[in-house]
Amino acid sequence: MGTPGGKNVREGFLIMNATKKDAVLQLMDVKKIFAQGTVDEVTALNGVSLTVYDQDFISIIGSNGAGKSTLLNIVAGVFPPERGGRVIINGDDVTNLEEFKHATYAGRVWQQPGVGTAGNLTLEENLSLALLRGKRRGIRAAINKQRRQLFYEALTPLGLCLEDRLTALAGTLSGGQRQALSLVMATISKPAILLLDEHTATLDPKTGQTVLSLTEMIVERERMTTIMVTHNMEMALKYGNRLVMMHQGKIVVDMDEEEKRSLAVNDLVTAFEQASGEQFKDDSILLSHR
Amino acid sequence: MDVLLSVLSISCYEGLIFGLLTIGVYLTFRVLSFPDLSVDATFPLGGAIAAVLIVRGVNPLVATIAAFFAGSCAGTVTGLLNTKLRITALLSGILMMVGVYSVNLRIMSGANVPLLREVNSFDLVGRLLGLKGMALSITFAAIVALVFFILLHRFLRTEIGLALRASGDNEQMIRGLGSDTDKNVLLGCAISNGLVALAGALVAQNQGFCDVGMGIGMIVMALAAVIIGEALFHPRRISSVLLACFAGTFAYRLFITIALRLGMPAGDLKMITSLLVIVALGVPYMKKRLRHEWVPPAARM
Ligand SMILES: Nc1ncnc2c1ncn2[C@@H]1O[C@H](COP(=O)(O)OP(=O)(O)O)[C@@H](O)[C@H]1O
Ligand SMILES: [Mg+2]
Repeated sequence: MGTPGGKNVREGFLIMNATKKDAVLQLMDVKKIFAQGTVDEVTALNGVSLTVYDQDFISIIGSNGAGKSTLLNIVAGVFPPERGGRVIINGDDVTNLEEFKHATYAGRVWQQPGVGTAGNLTLEENLSLALLRGKRRGIRAAINKQRRQLFYEALTPLGLCLEDRLTALAGTLSGGQRQALSLVMATISKPAILLLDEHTATLDPKTGQTVLSLTEMIVERERMTTIMVTHNMEMALKYGNRLVMMHQGKIVVDMDEEEKRSLAVNDLVTAFEQASGEQFKDDSILLSHR
Repeated sequence: MDVLLSVLSISCYEGLIFGLLTIGVYLTFRVLSFPDLSVDATFPLGGAIAAVLIVRGVNPLVATIAAFFAGSCAGTVTGLLNTKLRITALLSGILMMVGVYSVNLRIMSGANVPLLREVNSFDLVGRLLGLKGMALSITFAAIVALVFFILLHRFLRTEIGLALRASGDNEQMIRGLGSDTDKNVLLGCAISNGLVALAGALVAQNQGFCDVGMGIGMIVMALAAVIIGEALFHPRRISSVLLACFAGTFAYRLFITIALRLGMPAGDLKMITSLLVIVALGVPYMKKRLRHEWVPPAARM
């Protein structure tokens, strides 16, 4: 405290805090190697560092196998990164936290509609499970009048009439409806960060569009900090305030809103080729933008 | 007429008592998606614990409750083999089934314990209610069944109970929502085997002895009952699922009792039960084949 040096550091810190938004997620040198030491060894993540600020909406794009899903799995705690890497969410070091203890940090929507919802449980049961995200579960009734009202109000804005089907089994919903339900489940008890892994990829274009609009609505309303993985360049350009491109387990492009606003899909391809030093080969990305 | 009444009342009693076992099996197989085969040993485990305690002079009702907890402990171990040592559910159950067989022999210091001269839970309740014979058996079985029906019906709709059901339905999702699925599996296995052991304890007391072999084929019988119950009622709500377990068991025992009366050798019973389950599981697949539907290759793990 007394030394002038110490005071300066402190002032500097304060100024930093005043100008920058709070970091919600910090990834520091995250590596992930699958089947290490075998012939099947794959380096899925090769030193990723990323800071996600409060209310950021990051679109991540990259070719197949670039490590996008692995990155989200690490943030959600499905498996820990290799030693040396660190994952910090809201100031807590969650690097080696078990998956079920990650619940308050990360809410998730997966690519397959079946993964985010329990098909043999009703909509209200699914929502009740999500409402208690990361909380102690007790021997109270999982569903009561008050909660049912809450679920009704959470589903109504979707405009899919799901609020009238609270007692239907989630397995009887269509893919798009299930993804919409997943979205509500991922956000209803406000985790620190929302992770979307190509959550519209298996839907037909029109339904995909609906789910995307709902995503945007919910993210804005709840002021969610969001990471959205997508296979679609146009989508990545249209949504979010940041665009991250991954290639072979690394982040090769990280653009802010300004940079990305003036961009077209072709520029993105050029950016990719410059950053990775490779020809752009993944046809699926080029084709899927139409 | 008398014969019909006696057949019906026997099946009714058995439907209620073995219904507890069926619910136990339903909990692991259907709710947790954890095919626990240790039932064949935890059923006589319950009988053995109750029998030995009763012979030692413990209150038979206390002995019966102790049997429930002994079963829960065995179920917990089965769950631990799976969750902590990553042994597949099927193998965990089989390992326990074989291991607990020896434990049962140790508990009973032999292959069976006679109970005919002891006062058992049925006698106690009979004195209290002024009933005896089949009326007593059915009444006591109905009371126990009702108690567990109410308890389970409530429990499965609590926050913990719902998380437990979700663990069997979509493990990845519920873990992501912050529920420790390993704990859920342990809890589910404990409750399941507790019920199985309880059924064993009651059956032993009612028949007047406990035998180390009385659990053989129980798992297949319970599966048959589950399948029959599902086929008859297509249950969806928890209450109807639980009722279907009792009703399925009743229907199965009725079928068996009639077959035995009609002269089917008792030794063929297990084979008939197996065939029933094989047909029930195999027919849907054969139907799909006939409709040229694609079916994924058989699961082996
Ligand atoms: N559980 C796993 N076991 C082994 N290899 C995996 C596993 N998950 C992903 N991989 C490998 O890691 C690489 C990155 O995968 P992934 O993160 O799913 O890519 P993306 O989502 O960008 O398409 C791929 O080569 C993939 O085969
Ligand atoms: Mg992926």
